[in-house]
Amino acid sequence: MARFELGDDSVVVVIGSGAGGGTLANELCQKGIKVVLLEAGKRESPETFVNDEWAAFVQTAWLDKRTTSGSWRVARDFPNLPAWICKTVGGSTVHWAGASLRFQEHEFKTRSVYGDIAGATLLDWPIGLADLEPYYARAEAKMGVTRTNGIPGLPGNNNFRVMYTGAKRLGYKTVHTGRMAINSRARDGRSHCLQIGFCFQGCKSAAKWSTLYTEIPAAEATGKLDLRSECQALQIQHDASGKITGVLYADKDGRQHVQKARVVCVACNSIESPRLLLNSASSKYPDGLANSSGQVGRNYMRHTTGSVYATFDRPVHMFRGTTMAGIIQDEAGHDPKRGFAGGYELETLSLGLPFMAAFLDPGAWGREFTRKLEGYAHMAGMWIVGEDMPQASNRVTLHPTEKDRFGLPIPNVHFDDHPNDIAMRAHAYRQGAAVYRAAGAREIHEVPPYPSTHNLGTNRMSARPQDGVCNSFGQTWDHKNLFISDGSQFTTGAAENPTLTIVALAIRQAEYLADQMAKNAI
Amino acid sequence: MKRILDRRLFLRTAASTAATVAVAGGTTVIAASNGAWAMTLSAFDAATARVLLVMTRDLYPHDMLGDVYYAEVVESLDKKAKADPRLAETIREGVAALDRATGVPWLQLSPGGRLEVLKAMETSPFFQTVKGETLVGLYNNKLVWHHFGYQGSSAEFGGYLHRGFQDAGWTMQPDAEASPPPPA
Repeated sequence: MARFELGDDSVVVVIGSGAGGGTLANELCQKGIKVVLLEAGKRESPETFVNDEWAAFVQTAWLDKRTTSGSWRVARDFPNLPAWICKTVGGSTVHWAGASLRFQEHEFKTRSVYGDIAGATLLDWPIGLADLEPYYARAEAKMGVTRTNGIPGLPGNNNFRVMYTGAKRLGYKTVHTGRMAINSRARDGRSHCLQIGFCFQGCKSAAKWSTLYTEIPAAEATGKLDLRSECQALQIQHDASGKITGVLYADKDGRQHVQKARVVCVACNSIESPRLLLNSASSKYPDGLANSSGQVGRNYMRHTTGSVYATFDRPVHMFRGTTMAGIIQDEAGHDPKRGFAGGYELETLSLGLPFMAAFLDPGAWGREFTRKLEGYAHMAGMWIVGEDMPQASNRVTLHPTEKDRFGLPIPNVHFDDHPNDIAMRAHAYRQGAAVYRAAGAREIHEVPPYPSTHNLGTNRMSARPQDGVCNSFGQTWDHKNLFISDGSQFTTGAAENPTLTIVALAIRQAEYLADQMAKNAI
Repeated sequence: MKRILDRRLFLRTAASTAATVAVAGGTTVIAASNGAWAMTLSAFDAATARVLLVMTRDLYPHDMLGDVYYAEVVESLDKKAKADPRLAETIREGVAALDRATGVPWLQLSPGGRLEVLKAMETSPFFQTVKGETLVGLYNNKLVWHHFGYQGSSAEFGGYLHRGFQDAGWTMQPDAEASPPPPA
């Protein structure tokens, strides 16, 4: 692995090593570009991961204090945990479930297709499906997505079998074990899936794609990557002309350094990315970097989620096997006759007993609650993933008084459901319940959204500088050598799990960046 | 610290045995009524331990679980209270508030009466602390998992690939396109 000097201003600094940053870093290294990859978390490995929900949560989750506001139930149940995302090398690709779906064509044009929805800040993406298709193909090949590139689907586990049974009886058509970046056969030097059942806790067989053991070692092998783990970016710096010059960061001992840079790419997930831009405010940019539009931190999206669990007479043991290898796609399209815009996916989901106790009905206690929990082995579960409406007031801001250990304001995450979100969730709860009733459920549990795993939109891309933070390549409108490289650049959220699109955008961004650097345009 | 005094008896009876709280040599001890195990506390007095033992079960009652699992939650709280005087004070005040609520000692109330008092205190830091500790401690105790049919960690056994991940035979058999066979 390479080591570059702090004063080396020819490097690209990528902040964050997850789906966006980890992929981007590798793509750049493969092109011979020197990269310093700053990652706030530690480096774990499949050997150090643990099949233990709470221990793994402490090992990999981003636990620095955040605050919440707004009417979403997460603010009440988990006031300091708006999101379940990671601080570890590999970022949230350590925790993700592997679902890898392309967006649908209309989801790049929501303002045009859905129309003017009151209270929503819908905007068409500056690119369409055709622009991303070649990059989706490369992302799928890289990640080994099942049902693409001749890779068979995963075998369905018990939780899928229950979903399948109900879905077929209900007449749903597109029901299978998903397009998953989890090896159904050994591939790319990694094992096939062993049905361990702890996808969220870091995959111990490495069957699930994570930048931790794919992109990052591949980048290291080029001799062009300087990965600095346990190094947290504090501020992005610029010169008098507005050109970005480097990044101030703190190492694991709290010592602060400035890494000079030719280009800086921000990939810290949709809470920390806008926070970093806002915390980088200067006398020249009092509202933060890249924020002339005022859009940094706004339009925070988290998908319209929720879960339906059901208890059956016979055992299910939903925890056995791949967590999310099961999907119903019939509701994913845009069909306004249902009473809302956009669509949703239904995907299998399970939690172990410790997390089921925490999430089944947060705050609940007493015999009614424990009676439900005693049906654990007979439960099946599914997760709703639907497109939520962007809203200007759903927003990541800096806390007015509370500071982190470096003296920087902590982020506050404000979220209110849009009426479209509520209508969609109600429909999805009904359909999910119908699926399970058709499979013979004796009791249905509507489970409220968990802390957000899909955090999107807070530095959105736009066709015009006044509508967003960056262009279609993630290049910020205000600083041509500052890029957004994670899900915060999403203009809208679509119904699909975001990782595949983050990876596709990172591959596309790397091409653009290399080209711009070669032309000395940046 | 929990000491297993009679391992075979403990294994046979952990699911059902009741606990009693006593003071021995000046320290508080929670012990199995059949003598299978005992825990020595260092921060809580006997009255506090008795209240917490009942309260943790009232919060998350499972008739299939013996007192030992609730006692372990109390033991864990005791350890934290020993290290954190503010937590110790929160617990002390909370237990006093339970007794003050009706003027009758909380433990002397009927089960329904106890729940009413707890319900009224739901938002207090005391209630939230004990509830959070019980929720995490009780369900994260690997020894309770088999009572719920949860098998936990699987990587060391090669996952569930050959251990029943597709054994819900009462469901429809998915077609091979929807659910291809596992690798040979």
